[in-house]
Amino acid sequence: MLSRIAESLFWIGRYVERADNTARLLDVHLNVLLEDPWVDEPTANASLLAVMHVPVDGAVTRDAVIRALATDATLSSSISGTLGAARDNARRAREVISTEVWESLNTTYMQLGARSRTPRPHDFFTWVRERAAVVWGLHSATTSRDDAWNFMELGRSLERADMIARLLMTKALAGTTGPNWTTLLRTCSAHEAYLRTVRSLVTEERAAEFLLIDRLFPRSIAYNLDKAETTLALIEPGLARHSQTDHARLALGRARTNLEYQAIDEILEDLPAQMRQVQRACASASDIIRDRFFLPSSSVLWSQEAV
Amino acid sequence: MAGDATTPWTGYSPAAAWDEAVDVQGEVREPYAKVYSEIERMSGEDLQARAEALANTYLAQGVTFDHAGEERPFPLDIVPRVVGADEWEIISPGVAQRVRTLEAFLADVYGSQRCVTDGIIPRRLITTSQYFHRVVGAVDPANGVRVHVSGIDLVRDHHGIWRVLEDNVRVPSGVSYVLSNRRAMSQMFPDLFGAMGVRPVLEYSQRLRSALAKAAPEGVEDPSIVVLSPGVFNSAYYEHSLLARTMGVELVEGRDLETHAGRVYMRTTAGRRRVDVIYRRVDDEYLDPVVFRPDSALGAPGIVHAARLGNVAIANAIGNGVADDKLIYTYMPELTRYYLGEEPILPNVDTWRLEDPEALEEVMDRFDELVTKPVDGAGGKGVLIGPAASKSELEAARQHILEDPRGWIAQPVVQLSTVPTLTSEGLEPRHVDLRPFAINDGDDVWVLPGGLTRVALQRGQLIVNSSQGGGSKDTWVLGGVRHRGSVPPPESRVEFAGVEPVPQSAHPEDYVHGQQQMQQQQQGSTC
Repeated sequence: MLSRIAESLFWIGRYVERADNTARLLDVHLNVLLEDPWVDEPTANASLLAVMHVPVDGAVTRDAVIRALATDATLSSSISGTLGAARDNARRAREVISTEVWESLNTTYMQLGARSRTPRPHDFFTWVRERAAVVWGLHSATTSRDDAWNFMELGRSLERADMIARLLMTKALAGTTGPNWTTLLRTCSAHEAYLRTVRSLVTEERAAEFLLIDRLFPRSIAYNLDKAETTLALIEPGLARHSQTDHARLALGRARTNLEYQAIDEILEDLPAQMRQVQRACASASDIIRDRFFLPSSSVLWSQEAV
Repeated sequence: MAGDATTPWTGYSPAAAWDEAVDVQGEVREPYAKVYSEIERMSGEDLQARAEALANTYLAQGVTFDHAGEERPFPLDIVPRVVGADEWEIISPGVAQRVRTLEAFLADVYGSQRCVTDGIIPRRLITTSQYFHRVVGAVDPANGVRVHVSGIDLVRDHHGIWRVLEDNVRVPSGVSYVLSNRRAMSQMFPDLFGAMGVRPVLEYSQRLRSALAKAAPEGVEDPSIVVLSPGVFNSAYYEHSLLARTMGVELVEGRDLETHAGRVYMRTTAGRRRVDVIYRRVDDEYLDPVVFRPDSALGAPGIVHAARLGNVAIANAIGNGVADDKLIYTYMPELTRYYLGEEPILPNVDTWRLEDPEALEEVMDRFDELVTKPVDGAGGKGVLIGPAASKSELEAARQHILEDPRGWIAQPVVQLSTVPTLTSEGLEPRHVDLRPFAINDGDDVWVLPGGLTRVALQRGQLIVNSSQGGGSKDTWVLGGVRHRGSVPPPESRVEFAGVEPVPQSAHPEDYVHGQQQMQQQQQGSTC
């Protein structure tokens, strides 16, 4: 697989997953603003933007949050910008991804303008989640399980781990009591799976455990870190010790075991810092993957002066 | 015709040019009969609705071209252009003959230049062509093919005679529209296809792939083929990716390629991989900064060296532009007789060579009646149609020509044939041309039955290029006849050579309309 194509696939995976999760996160945030009577809205908005690493300037209104994270197609942080970038990457990798996946990304992109202008943001978020599901469904039904699949899955699982970590950070947002655990589970489409697995009321420890380290639920952080690790091993099977991929797996594995082997109440006491660590592990793994697979090891350049 | 009722055809009347659907008496020509009656059955709104649906599928598929930096859907007209089987019997061999002549000419130009010593072509004509590249002189392609893919533009004059308007043997584009037009139109008119016996175009990609594989350097068993594209911002990017996808080969950009020790490699996630055949969609001048434009970032340094060593095949070959020069075009009939010993099947459009002082004088006298074209132009750029031009445009062109007569040719205005086309005022005749595509695999020249019909969407406009606001039509070549009538009636049971079909299974309780269901219902009602 061409390095340039692999990079595009990796980012399609990340962008689609990011749009999906940003939609979930905004949805829950707007709900909290409505339901929490004691909310300090500008602070809550500002700290949500901080979680998403968007620069904040002064008091932030609800509209500004929606613009920055959902509708402004010129911003890379927004859902519109992210889906546009996913479609651009798909266009570059057009001959590798299937026609069905391309068309679903392309039509999503073309409807973005009209859909994001809705007066009810919730409708837009639902639509984004549905479109992401369509893309993943078609991807899974039409792609051979070769490197094209692996790179997209790698991007997707890294992004999902990262975004769930950000979502959990909103639990500790300044200016509000934050979403309760039931809401968080619902946001991750995990509430029903939780109820079936745990068979008891939602308690803080159990819910946190489920979203952090459940081994079977596809939206837990540990599940996705583990999946990213396995996918890396598939991409480069004959692992040499201390190779670059190994460093990437090391970062991911360390973050995962850190969650798995720590007492849950210790994690909860220190949730934002713990979640920041997960995000850092994902970022450094992503950098290592870029260095290893996407950048040319040495490039031959033709310089005119040398003639 | 359908009496009093208004149909989409009401008011359709061809102008001066040859109309391919309706003759001067207003009778429908035979190849169009079925298309005509199908459209006749629709209402005007129905036709417009279908045209809209067609445009929407194109947007969704991303079939677009870049016009002034903006992605636009390529306009596809709802009325197909039909070419009868008998006409195709002229076009197909005519195009193949043309391609064989061009191949022979190119081999000669970059070889011993027999045509110059025999006095057929003046030497300065070759040496003054900006596309003549000495750097590929005496390089013989592995299977002798230089024109792997060609697009020979044809027009039909007002007598209905097919003529060659120009040859394209550098990087002819447009075949993706042939393929995607067909896909869209077959969804729009499913019944007509079977009934009319339209010949399929889908095998193009496989043909191209096998022709490219045959062009591989000698001794390469399973050649690795790539399509080299300038990148996602090129106006024909959609085509590059479609060809790569349907051939199942990699689509690369210049930055994906590198050369080492006279071999070309591509950068992959698993290290370098050899490249044997490059189907390039990048112009000569951008292909290799070492030999051509040093500022080019679209090619890869060292490709030409690798090609000279015979380690990689480049399709189409470098330097082909010398053959589709519009001045060489005027010599094509002579060249056909000279190389093949055959009479040309498809005639040229009459052309004055303006470097000839007598011709120049005559043309200057009748300047406002003629079409003048730059010899190296593509995409309809610089073409001036005398009768339609303003005084100042004429004067400016006159100056250009007097400065550089070698750079120009003049032709009489050809009234291109017309085909019914859906406009905002209903169906109207619009001028069209045809670009059939030919693939040369070294043994045989195969002409794609179909080709790109370009249509000028403005009334009376004679330039049909998409860059000049033209659209396209699906071209249906008849003759793939399937005799529907004589098919034996289907047997009551289909036998697969004695193999019993395996029944499809289901959840055991789903199809049991028995006790359980009834019990459950009764249970509910007695409660």
